[in-house]
Amino acid sequence: MAFSKNKSQVDEGLKSELAKKGIVTTTLNELYNWGRRSSIWPMQFGLACCAIEMIATACARYDIARFGAELFRASPRQADLIIIAGTVTKKMTPQVVRLYNQMAEPKYCITMGACSISGGPFIDGYNTLRGIDRFIPVDVHLPGCPPRPEALLYGLQTLQKKIDGQEIAKTPWYQKGLKREYAIPDLGPKGLIPKFNPEVWQPREDDHRKEKYGSPMITGKKTKAPDLDAPPKQPKAPAPKPPKRSDDASPPPQEA
Amino acid sequence: MTLDEIKRHIEQHLPDVALKPVRESLLVENAADLTRVVEFLKDDGVLQLNYLSSVTGVDYLTFLECVYHFYSVENKTYSLQLRVRVDRDDPHIPSLVPIFRGAEFQEREAYDMYGIQFDGHPDLRRILMWDGFAGHPMRKDYQQEDSEVLDGDDIEWLRKHDVSVSEEHIKMAESLRTGGESEETQSEQAEA
Amino acid sequence: MFEKLRVKTKVIDSGASGLDTQTLEVNVGPQHPSTHGVFRMTMVLDGEVVKSLRPVMGYLHRNHEQIAENITYSASMPYTDRLDYFNSMSNNQAWAMTVEQLAEVEIPDRAEYIRVIMSELTRLVNHVSVIGFLLNDMGAFFTPTLFAFREREKILDVFEAVSGSRMMCNYLRFGGVNRDLTDEQLGQIKVIVADFPAFLDEFETLLAQNEIVCMRTQNVGVLPAELAINASVTGPMLRASGVNYDIRKVDQYSVYDRFEFKIPLGEKGDVYDRYYVRMLEMRESLKILNQALEQIEPGPFMAPKVPACLKNPRNFKPPVGEAYCRIEAPKGELGFYVVSDGSKEPWRYHVRAPSFINLTVLEAMCIGYKLADAIVILGSIDIVLGEVDR
Repeated sequence: MAFSKNKSQVDEGLKSELAKKGIVTTTLNELYNWGRRSSIWPMQFGLACCAIEMIATACARYDIARFGAELFRASPRQADLIIIAGTVTKKMTPQVVRLYNQMAEPKYCITMGACSISGGPFIDGYNTLRGIDRFIPVDVHLPGCPPRPEALLYGLQTLQKKIDGQEIAKTPWYQKGLKREYAIPDLGPKGLIPKFNPEVWQPREDDHRKEKYGSPMITGKKTKAPDLDAPPKQPKAPAPKPPKRSDDASPPPQEA
Repeated sequence: MTLDEIKRHIEQHLPDVALKPVRESLLVENAADLTRVVEFLKDDGVLQLNYLSSVTGVDYLTFLECVYHFYSVENKTYSLQLRVRVDRDDPHIPSLVPIFRGAEFQEREAYDMYGIQFDGHPDLRRILMWDGFAGHPMRKDYQQEDSEVLDGDDIEWLRKHDVSVSEEHIKMAESLRTGGESEETQSEQAEA
Repeated sequence: MFEKLRVKTKVIDSGASGLDTQTLEVNVGPQHPSTHGVFRMTMVLDGEVVKSLRPVMGYLHRNHEQIAENITYSASMPYTDRLDYFNSMSNNQAWAMTVEQLAEVEIPDRAEYIRVIMSELTRLVNHVSVIGFLLNDMGAFFTPTLFAFREREKILDVFEAVSGSRMMCNYLRFGGVNRDLTDEQLGQIKVIVADFPAFLDEFETLLAQNEIVCMRTQNVGVLPAELAINASVTGPMLRASGVNYDIRKVDQYSVYDRFEFKIPLGEKGDVYDRYYVRMLEMRESLKILNQALEQIEPGPFMAPKVPACLKNPRNFKPPVGEAYCRIEAPKGELGFYVVSDGSKEPWRYHVRAPSFINLTVLEAMCIGYKLADAIVILGSIDIVLGEVDR
């Protein structure tokens, strides 16, 4: 596991003996990561339905504060984590990328819900962005529609495990000259310009959506509009059943 | 009041307006008469249809239609649906905003989605899509963009913003620009 | 954050005092801790006073109407959940009723009672959350929301037991409901309905006479009745302005004619009236729930006799025609307009969204008030962006 490499190599028995005497052994990486991952402060950024589950996670029953994500900050400058909860539309994408750029390092991103991962149920719309990972790097994808509050807590724990596996020497924000700011797309006449950021995301080779999906008008399944001027068609009366016995002409017995 | 009674009542007071019953609604044959009819419906002491519930645009391939639903806050027993039909190429319908404020956002949406021009609307611009968007997306002949392939404009923008683009994408954009027709016929064959 | 302030100044007039003043154009949203979703308002401020306000929407435009033209009628049902994502059961009911009108289906009694119970529970969820969020906007940071969500969780447990999902229930079908309510679930609902009045009393004691709530909401954002009717405002906003129009009493759809309940009306149409009308509506919903729980009887939960076109819901091809059906959703009048061309997919599908149309009066209500009041007024209109933008 990536995070276990940061644990100290001291033998477990010796560790517990020392701990009884009040001496804790750890590595610098583990200590640093423990501090960072136990107090991730998310930014208040709910877009759609998943935002309500995020609020429910912050409420008393599921209580995200137990895991350190106590305060939802309103300003991106003060937040560590952006939980993109809800559908990202093309109109909203420049704002999302701008907010991500404004966050200070170290920063993480969780996409919550099917819509921000890949467009979700609205993938075939003309205004839906098929996943925010086209423009910004995402650390944890959390599927669901909407994911339950427990799932969001599990996603947060996965992120914490990922943080546990990071090393100080190799972290991006301590490298020289690194600035994790991504190009903010423009709104063009048909959609976003560019459609995706090739440094961040590449289209999949096995994506056959284009061939399988098309609106009935474009694919030619429907060709004419309904004519409401014509009077409504009366439902056809069921054809009278032929009598079972051809020689018996008497009517069937009447019900009382 | 039934639809026939309402129609007769309107024709009594506005004899030169042509109305035609279509299913459960009245079609106002001449779009320019719409404001007179609606003003009458609202101010009339008998009908008092003073609540406009919804304004909807519909695309019927050969023409565009706008459907209005009226209710009355005082007489709660009946409602009225009106329709207006206009040409696809230059659709103009008089706006109801001077009479009913509630039509403001709904007419803007019909303009945004279908391209119907509402004459007399105080602020007719796009409401759901952004201002630079071209086209009217709910029309039946609107073609969505292909979001998996970068085209020439995208490559240019990326170069301007110092984002590296691989050779593959550049070649694909070039082929889109030059061989656009052959690509389309290929995808049509795949879908058929 | 810095992007939010785009300073555009111009000298308006020197005024009687001889001072040169300037207006400031401020962008509130689309990311802002107080907007209820991604909603943007561009305001022109003179000091703190709002001179003009322009709402900008479309940041959550998810092409629901276009998608619905490409999928079948029953496949649209889960999408209606996501319109007003607080009240999925009532959205389902509006769509189910529209299609039932198109196809002319009769619904059994038990299914109607189940639908009414679910709708009224949704109304409780919605009103209690709205009051929680309104107080959040006023600065009572999150405490009322915690109280509200505590009750909401109990009701969501019922939704989950009945339909499988807390929020996006997708429970109603054309002709009835998906699954029957068991006696255990009915017992669960009875417990909630019995305990709710105590919670409402507690909530009211904390809020109704609270000095800050009164000062910040009374006489703020007054909406006169004529403007409300003219602007097609519906729901608690309309009733807070004194207009007696509730679609449950007007159209008497479903089985609402069998229940006795009153319609609370406001007097002035300010934010306080809107908040208090919602509190009273919750008490009326509890009355309806009590009566429905007494009157419900065992029976089929799905229409036994359906027209031929509905025999296989996936292959449902209604006759050529159109239908407009509306219900009293917790936020206002939710209507669906559908045009059918005889095939599996609708020709035109339109949602008459209450939050979208209620926003028409936002500017008229906010002019002359301060920026902080504008936030409170927006909170009292009770918008949800899934509906505004569809």
